[in-house]
Amino acid sequence: MNNNKKLVEAFCNALEIKEELVIESLKYQSIEQWDSISHMMLIAELEDVFDIELDTDDVINMSSVAMAKKIIAKYEIEF
Amino acid sequence: MLRGKTAIITGASRGIGKEVATLFAKNGADLILISRNEERLSILHKELTETYDVDVKYYALDITDSAKLKDVFTEIKRDKKPIDIVVNNAGIMEDAVLQMVKPELIQKTYATNVFALIDVSKRASKLMLRNKRGSIINLTSIIGVEGNLGQSIYSSSKAAVIGFTKSLSKELASLNIRVNGVAPGFIDTDMTRGMEPKFYDKNLASISMGRLGTTSDVAKVILFLASDLAEYVTGQIIGVDGGMII
Repeated sequence: MNNNKKLVEAFCNALEIKEELVIESLKYQSIEQWDSISHMMLIAELEDVFDIELDTDDVINMSSVAMAKKIIAKYEIEF
Repeated sequence: MLRGKTAIITGASRGIGKEVATLFAKNGADLILISRNEERLSILHKELTETYDVDVKYYALDITDSAKLKDVFTEIKRDKKPIDIVVNNAGIMEDAVLQMVKPELIQKTYATNVFALIDVSKRASKLMLRNKRGSIINLTSIIGVEGNLGQSIYSSSKAAVIGFTKSLSKELASLNIRVNGVAPGFIDTDMTRGMEPKFYDKNLASISMGRLGTTSDVAKVILFLASDLAEYVTGQIIGVDGGMII
């Protein structure tokens, strides 16, 4: 599975949303399902899927799907 | 009561922490013990693994060292063993009337009793939310509830733990992670034995049940909160003080 697909799946699993919703412009708290609590689930899911450890700044800065990609890319994950 | 569960216990090598570790092992929990004292941890590890059929790991570190704590949690995560219980027991108590309080004392007390406890809770709850279950038990104190002469710094650090416990319980409730506090009264530990004699006697006289608490008295309440018996209990601060009046 490529990393884009993994990212989309992580969002779907953590936020319990459909794949079509996971587009780069999707923003934190722009939909009911992406609230502060599910954000924690998302962080855990992304850490597991990509085997990385996100720090607090990453958690705070992950404000959209696009930002999630950018942050995860810091950990030598290619999209 | 805890078979199949894994518990992290800080300040595990003596006093209440050691008692909790022993009681948890007796009840089947696998353990991850954290304390500064490697020698005592090693002895406890030997005792527990020889006596009970449980897996015990230990890490000797000062939990105020955030970088080392991070490494420990990275290793715990790597083991892929779900964490079910955290007992935030590590704490320090040094008494001084306010005019004799040096900034270092405030720093040291808050670093262990508050900041490190928050750090452990943050890292542990991140592991727990993957499984949507867990129990975090924070050790506060009757002094954090009632206050006491000569203990403004210790008292305020323990009051901070109460506020933290109540808020975090609300934050994590929907993820089925329970957060509770235990507020011991005057318990017979190295920490209280180091008290000034006149305070020691005064405290003893103020206990309605007429005796000092034991580490076992406290550990049993922690066991209850850690177990599924308390599955609908969160955001509570339970006093274990024999009816102590301050």
